[in-house]
Amino acid sequence: MNNERIQLGHGSGGRMMNELIHDLFRRRFSNPQLNALDDGAILPEPGGRLAFATDSFVVDPLFFPGGNIGDLAVNGTINDLCMCGSRPLWLSAGFIIEEGLACSDLEIIVGAMAAAAAAAQVRIVTGDTKVVERGKADRLFINTSGIGVISHNPAPGSCRIEPGDRLILSGTLGDHGIAVLSQRSHLGFSTPLQSDTAPLHELTARLLEACGGGVHAMRDPTRGGLAALCNEFARSAGVEIRLDETALPVRPEVAAACELLGLDPLYIANEGKLVAAVAADAAERALEALKSHPLGREAAVIGEVRKGEAGLVAMRTILGGWRVVDLPAGELLPRIC
Amino acid sequence: MCIAAPGRVIRLFQREGLEMGEVDFGGIAREVCLAHVPGVRAGDHVMVHAGFALEIIDESEVARFQQLWREVLTGGRAGEESP
Amino acid sequence: MNLAPFRDPAIAARLIEETHRVQSRPWVIMETCGGQTHAILRLGLDQLLPRGLELVHGPGCPVCVTPAPLIDHAIALAARPEVILATFGDMMRVPGTASTLFAARAAGGDVRMVYSALDALELAHTNPDREVVFFAIGFETTAPGSAQAVMRARSQGVANFSLLSAHVLVPAAIRYLLEDPGNRVQGYLAAGHACAVLGGQPYEELAARFHVPIVITGFEAIDLLRGILRVVQMLEAGEARVENAYERVVHHEGNLQAQDAIWNVFMSRGREWRGIGLIPASGLTLKPEYSAWNAQLKFGPPAETSTEPGICISGLVLQGLKKPPECPAFGRECTPGHPLGAPMVSAEGACAAYFSYQRMPEGRDDKSPGSEGAA
Repeated sequence: MNNERIQLGHGSGGRMMNELIHDLFRRRFSNPQLNALDDGAILPEPGGRLAFATDSFVVDPLFFPGGNIGDLAVNGTINDLCMCGSRPLWLSAGFIIEEGLACSDLEIIVGAMAAAAAAAQVRIVTGDTKVVERGKADRLFINTSGIGVISHNPAPGSCRIEPGDRLILSGTLGDHGIAVLSQRSHLGFSTPLQSDTAPLHELTARLLEACGGGVHAMRDPTRGGLAALCNEFARSAGVEIRLDETALPVRPEVAAACELLGLDPLYIANEGKLVAAVAADAAERALEALKSHPLGREAAVIGEVRKGEAGLVAMRTILGGWRVVDLPAGELLPRIC
Repeated sequence: MCIAAPGRVIRLFQREGLEMGEVDFGGIAREVCLAHVPGVRAGDHVMVHAGFALEIIDESEVARFQQLWREVLTGGRAGEESP
Repeated sequence: MNLAPFRDPAIAARLIEETHRVQSRPWVIMETCGGQTHAILRLGLDQLLPRGLELVHGPGCPVCVTPAPLIDHAIALAARPEVILATFGDMMRVPGTASTLFAARAAGGDVRMVYSALDALELAHTNPDREVVFFAIGFETTAPGSAQAVMRARSQGVANFSLLSAHVLVPAAIRYLLEDPGNRVQGYLAAGHACAVLGGQPYEELAARFHVPIVITGFEAIDLLRGILRVVQMLEAGEARVENAYERVVHHEGNLQAQDAIWNVFMSRGREWRGIGLIPASGLTLKPEYSAWNAQLKFGPPAETSTEPGICISGLVLQGLKKPPECPAFGRECTPGHPLGAPMVSAEGACAAYFSYQRMPEGRDDKSPGSEGAA
């Protein structure tokens, strides 16, 4: 690509856009379906029921310790598909680029997407590019949608959660959110913490292999953190969830940042973690399966499901008292009071 | 109200006449204004609120507390002299 | 710094046990500071203490007591194209009479969150063609920082920086509560970080005159439990003193440099506390020599605003005279998702706290997760 910055012409269907697609997207994502560059990708028979997921990524800043928006865009939808108990196969990638974005930035991001897809044996088979005027998009928005194939029956889903289930978390809370916050200049703190963005396909595969139908539901605690996830589980399944604060794995740096800024690790986003609701008699196997993988070394049983008050999430504190864990109010806000 | 976090002063510096320090909160580091804790030294712990050190943490008090409670937990009960 | 000793469950258990042992009759204790409320809830302390101890949440929530017209003024300033409104994150969601700073930002106002008053001053340096207004909320804990920012603005000749002061003083509020003939509170937990600045001295006269024990506490589990135990011990013994249970941070005379900064820049004036009313000598206003950095004077007084909806009884709640469930709107029209008043917005506001309490399951002291056997 000759130009230094993305211009409106790169999205208008002409020569510039053609160059962008060939020199960047086709070259980096290269696979038979994409390379045909038809309006849609023709896919082979999947050999099973399908899971379909979509997610849009608008993170600011685009680059943060441990990754960039491209990593999130690919891993995020891969993980959504994994949470449905499917093996992710194909992704689409739609780009809305703000005029003026540095081409070098876009190259790095697309490179990261290609690498992330390859690492998970997933193909980006179709896509779209639009360029909007300066000020109409926050540098870059990416949407990815994906298809995965489900081999287990029944597939995991929150409707299968039942009283007696154990909740297992695959690793430390809050790494991604704090890593991103550290890049916000107005908060001015520095940390060696990195985002935990990662594809979880191997982790979920091991879990399902070890426990099969004993895995009732899986979800990844992204926006809104563990608190949002547990509230969603409790509501969907009409159950009560009890968490154990002493069991939650939290890195010291995350705990320190939370103390400084008045934040709660329960509400901070994660991009490479999962929570599984498993049948009580499958819990030990599930824990072992997760711990056998590098991404699950710090897995822990963090709570259980009860009949109680439907939709209630309560946590036993380090002192043995109880507190209710509500849905987060909205945007994560640092506090001084 | 008044969320404050304890941190260790790593180094001292001046910014246009204002006493500042780089403070480590346990893997998170931030610049903090030390104008209200004159006499603070690198290695001291300070209580930080909204970017300012409120006070130097008295480590002798922390040690005293720990010592007394060690005795209480291994010996009698927490009575009138509760530490 | 290793805070583990101040979170030690074994020490906590002893302190709780001793509190149960010592307490022989019902007592009403007020924790004056929102941070104490927040910590008590976060730890579930209230459930572990004797049922005869009634913990009342006090007015120590700067977010909750900032008058609605002042918030409206901040919102109006944010709407001006030349203004950058710098604020702590705490205030973004708090409703003024009709709107919030969040909504002001969505409507195009330049509202920026900062962690420190010096960050706000820095914005003035890096945006010389804009007017930076710092919405200075908080108690005497936060005021020294605002004072430093204003002093530096003056010494550096920064003209495009001003303060919208909403700072208030805790001791004045406690005095106001004690002077109310309807006051039921018998003992007080004073706010550790506010006391780090002004010290324990302002409370001595109050303890003596009204014969109430006042104990300064920190915010870790052990800090709070030690403070509560001392208050109960003094109440049981009929004693009324000011004691410091946050010895590692608070000196009895407070922090003299911080006090100097405050009184260099501010003077105390009567201030409206939202929902409560005018409390004499309870607010901090910039002294005349700092008028050029006073946003109220620089931009003119705020426009006329309508009065608050009558349904919100936050003032009575903040004074500990009514409990949130006694408010007709509580849990109905007024919830954390749709707050009518500030104590429902702030995470440590009394109403938001009760909203959580209320939803705790019956027999909440029953078995912990996993205790039935498995994992």
